[in-house]
Amino acid sequence: MNHAKRIVVVGATSAIAEHCCRLWVEREPVDLILVARNRLHAERIAVDLRVRTRQGTVRVETVDFLSTPEVAALADRLSAEAPLDVVLIAQGMLPPQDLCQEDLAKVRETIDVNAVASALFAEAFAKGMAQVGRGTLGLLGSVAGDRPRRANYTYGASKAFMEAYATGPRHRFAGTAIKVVLIKPGPTDTPMAAAHKAVGRRLASVEEVARGTVRALDLGKAVVYLPWKWWPIMTVFKLLPRFVFNRLDV
Amino acid sequence: MRPVSSWGRLSAAPHTVVELVDVAEIASRVRGEGPAIARGHGRSYGDSCLNPGGTLWSTAKLDRLHAFDPATGRLVCESGVLLRDIQRLMAPRGWGLPVLPGTQLVSVGGAIANDVHGKNHHKAGTFGDHVRRLRLVRTDGEIVDCGPDQRADWFAATVGGIGLTGIVATAELQLCPMAGPWLDTEIVPYQSLDAFLTLADESEASWEHTVGWLDSTRRGEVRGLFLRARPAEDQSGVPPPVRSFSVPVTLPIGLFNRLSIPAFNALYYAVHQRRAGRRRRAFDSFLFPLDGIGDWNRLYGPRGFYQYQFVVPRPVARAALQEVLDIVAASGQGSFLSVAKTFGERVGRGLLSFPMPGVTLSLDFANQGAPTEALFERLDTVVRHAGGRLYLAKDARMSSAMFEAGYPNGAELRRFRDPGVSSAMSRRLLGS
Repeated sequence: MNHAKRIVVVGATSAIAEHCCRLWVEREPVDLILVARNRLHAERIAVDLRVRTRQGTVRVETVDFLSTPEVAALADRLSAEAPLDVVLIAQGMLPPQDLCQEDLAKVRETIDVNAVASALFAEAFAKGMAQVGRGTLGLLGSVAGDRPRRANYTYGASKAFMEAYATGPRHRFAGTAIKVVLIKPGPTDTPMAAAHKAVGRRLASVEEVARGTVRALDLGKAVVYLPWKWWPIMTVFKLLPRFVFNRLDV
Repeated sequence: MRPVSSWGRLSAAPHTVVELVDVAEIASRVRGEGPAIARGHGRSYGDSCLNPGGTLWSTAKLDRLHAFDPATGRLVCESGVLLRDIQRLMAPRGWGLPVLPGTQLVSVGGAIANDVHGKNHHKAGTFGDHVRRLRLVRTDGEIVDCGPDQRADWFAATVGGIGLTGIVATAELQLCPMAGPWLDTEIVPYQSLDAFLTLADESEASWEHTVGWLDSTRRGEVRGLFLRARPAEDQSGVPPPVRSFSVPVTLPIGLFNRLSIPAFNALYYAVHQRRAGRRRRAFDSFLFPLDGIGDWNRLYGPRGFYQYQFVVPRPVARAALQEVLDIVAASGQGSFLSVAKTFGERVGRGLLSFPMPGVTLSLDFANQGAPTEALFERLDTVVRHAGGRLYLAKDARMSSAMFEAGYPNGAELRRFRDPGVSSAMSRRLLGS
């Protein structure tokens, strides 16, 4: 018998994650587990997803993202219930860079949420996947991690960490049925990027980025830029000599 | 601040756009802001969703569903949900929206605020007829839950109230059972206004959707195509996916001008005349022919366009329509999308609902500045004389006198207005 896919979404209140969930529940019967810090907020998303799904289930788990015992216990429990098909790690915060420069606590918080918590969840769920020999581990990175720049380098560096970290399990599970996918969206029309929108920057729609994310996870691609145009742009951007880069107002 | 246009693209004034993302936080986000106006997906043509130099509360991200009862077809959702998404999610469960305007790409809040109608008005009435309850958030923090049987006066002010009573947060909609994705359709060419009216009348009983396209560029004689549809008996098969593309840029000069419009109209008539007769068509492609063309409003060029839609009471409809068409043909500013429909006896529930028993005609005009406005002034005289009115969802320019003549209940709306809400349209028509 074909079982419903089991999908865990960490940081489920992120807009991209929520839209991925919509695509999943509308496409097929899934057992979806939303992992969040804020239960109230996550429950509101779960209510919507339960209306959208016809056969699947949606439940919410709350956890302190930086508590190593809590993260480990949750991942062990979920992995032990039944094998997980997809784990998407999507939480993130993007504080204004000048705030980080003023307040070191913001630097700490950004790196904790974006980088440290991602590594904890990735490692905790990788353990369960290793035991059953399959699964797809998705991490939501960012083009900002390709070459951190003055406009948002705390955020960029934390996302760069995710990319570096992802290469590890990808290497470890090479040749197995475990895939590690790094998704790198460009600026996307989400509440996190509201400041970009306010100044009139063109943003990708969250639906488009979610569609690309779900497709990349389906295919188990190693790294994907969304929309794809960011791949050539960032390739050039990364190769710019430092003396050119340092003169750019980006 | 960023430039914001409505669907007519007549202006692109800077606005501060505040995105509402959580229904529970609307009250705290809007308190003390403003005056501003809620805006959904910006598909109204004129200035009802604009507040130049000021703030807009975007509801586009209030797009969560709260509850659905598959036994009764009641859906509770937030105001930013697109009608298209409701259709997509509910069609497989055998339910659909009873009233759909000419595009599905409008929000639930916009459909309520404009009390929109569809090609089945004679059967189903307006969107507001199927709203069981709605939650209105006022800028002073007050929450007003209302419906046809609960605080009905607030409901009547909000349905069709062009957003002026507050911000619609959520709504409970009564869906209707859907037979399937196919319609039995028929195209009947007609050669006079009388023939159109006869076709419309005789179709009302047995056809759920009726509408007439007409060529507004020909002096004297009227010709057009009458389209009617009803749920198909044969619902087998899956309709092909709607092919869609987007107009990538605003054309430097509009596609529609004095020379091209008669040619487009003649071509459209000729092509569809050959398709006359009955055939089975997909629901979406029949009801929303333009949804497959993203940003089609860009075809009108950088100056944008107006849609002039009016309704006139039935007894004088024939004469008024003829007069309007004569004036349009003589002006040389023909319209490509000229669509006429007879409304049923149902009067909209809202104080400012547009439909009345009679005939509505909508005409698109590229914005040519003074000559276009002069044309509208002449059309206004005809509509006003006939006891008709203009559709607020489309309007960008009528005078407050024209509004007061067409909407005698307009003054009553003032009692329900939210003092923190104001739009370019409300200032133009209501003075504040």
